[in-house]
Amino acid sequence: MAIYHLKTPISDQDVERLNIGDTVYVSGILVSARDAAHVRMVEAIRRGEALPVDLRGGVIYHAGPVAVKEGESWRIISMGPTTSARMEEFEPEVIEKLGVKLVIGKGGMGSRTTEAMRRFKAAYLIFTGGAGVLAARAIKRVLGVHWLDLGAAEAMWILEVEEFGPLTVIIDSKGNNYYEDLRRKARERVDEAAREVLGSVPR
Amino acid sequence: MPVKLEDAVKEAAKEIVKMASVSPALDVKNAIKGSLNIETHEPSRVQLNAILENINLAENYKAAVCQDTGVPTFFIRLGDGFPIRSRLLQILTEAVREVTKELPLRSNTVDPVSEKNSGDNTGLGVPVFDIELFDGDYLEMVYTPKGGGTELPSKAFVIPPGNAWEKLPKLVLDAVVDAGPMPCPPVIVGVGIGPSVDVAAKLAKKAAVLRPIGSRNSNPDVAKLEDALLRAVNKLGIGAHGTGGVVTALDVHIEYAYRHPATFAVGIVFSCWATRRARAIVHPDGSFEVRPQ
Repeated sequence: MAIYHLKTPISDQDVERLNIGDTVYVSGILVSARDAAHVRMVEAIRRGEALPVDLRGGVIYHAGPVAVKEGESWRIISMGPTTSARMEEFEPEVIEKLGVKLVIGKGGMGSRTTEAMRRFKAAYLIFTGGAGVLAARAIKRVLGVHWLDLGAAEAMWILEVEEFGPLTVIIDSKGNNYYEDLRRKARERVDEAAREVLGSVPR
Repeated sequence: MPVKLEDAVKEAAKEIVKMASVSPALDVKNAIKGSLNIETHEPSRVQLNAILENINLAENYKAAVCQDTGVPTFFIRLGDGFPIRSRLLQILTEAVREVTKELPLRSNTVDPVSEKNSGDNTGLGVPVFDIELFDGDYLEMVYTPKGGGTELPSKAFVIPPGNAWEKLPKLVLDAVVDAGPMPCPPVIVGVGIGPSVDVAAKLAKKAAVLRPIGSRNSNPDVAKLEDALLRAVNKLGIGAHGTGGVVTALDVHIEYAYRHPATFAVGIVFSCWATRRARAIVHPDGSFEVRPQ
């Protein structure tokens, strides 16, 4: 399982090299978007409106920060990933229409996103759930923040990052979904594992 | 009763709220370190190392170890001779409010009807208090915040008692597979058994968050089952943050109460790699000691 250090903008070739289980560090620009920002992105796509930031070759991070404003600039204190499954409804359209190449979150995404990633060359990676301080350390600067009317957590933060990671590839651009594979294998093991415990139950 | 004692209780409570927000419990941290000795699957090792690095950074910066600083929860043992009684809950609620501003903590208290977040980690039913009485003169409290991701896959069932023990392993293992990466593994799996879901769920929660890793139920039959379930869970291949490998759970703990002849209730509660708890003891003279657990 390989280790990659990628710089934004991410190309199709960058994405095609990634396989499930690989480790990735990203440097460049990260754009945060949670539920409300995804709703707004999809609304903009459908109305044919431009977004505040060009996401071609871009990286979306499912996260909302704990941030403090110091004078005119912002400092991120903690920014761990949020559960990506909530964005499943919107992500395929975001990948197809906006040209997003990497999506970072936690907990995995479903079959529609997996299919969109195969068709339009993108990948889904997890950042360690809960590791908000580790994430914040890799964020060098806040380049901008849009849609603050949604609240700080739901706003779209434009972040300059250096070696943001480690990220593990969960969905690659070949239609593989690591979590689905592991869950299927785990499911197949349950009955045998349960039988082995039977000798240790009371009575 | 001196006001000084109320101040001491609030001070002690604030200390443990801070302590348990910044660092995971010591036994949990050590177990994560130890798991690197047995985990060989590379993606899982990457996640375990990231977890440890994050724990160290949070301790250095005195920042919350996980951005989800959980639902404020106190497990309290109140001695017969301790002079503060009903005021206690108000004092602890105020302590949570103050630390939420000072550390800061994320506010995780949402009114389910209006959908508004109270902003200070308090509201109807929160903080959560569990109170036991005992023959003594001091107050003991454990603060254990627990995040949303580890609550989502919780389960509770009432099954017929006939072959309940034989059914239990599959219930637990299915719950672990259903949970997958959601509760931020490696997890502690808490299993509660009792007459009804409320009792079983509460015991499962206590088993998951209060008992140190490596501890075993005092009933040797149950202790043996804990060992066997831990081995079985770690054969499922879910691993740290669901990336595969042999460290899905750091431990499995079972707690039980007597059941009704017709029922066998089972609760299953997970606690994440950032399982946090800190304990304070306050004496009637206002002296107190706090320590991470």
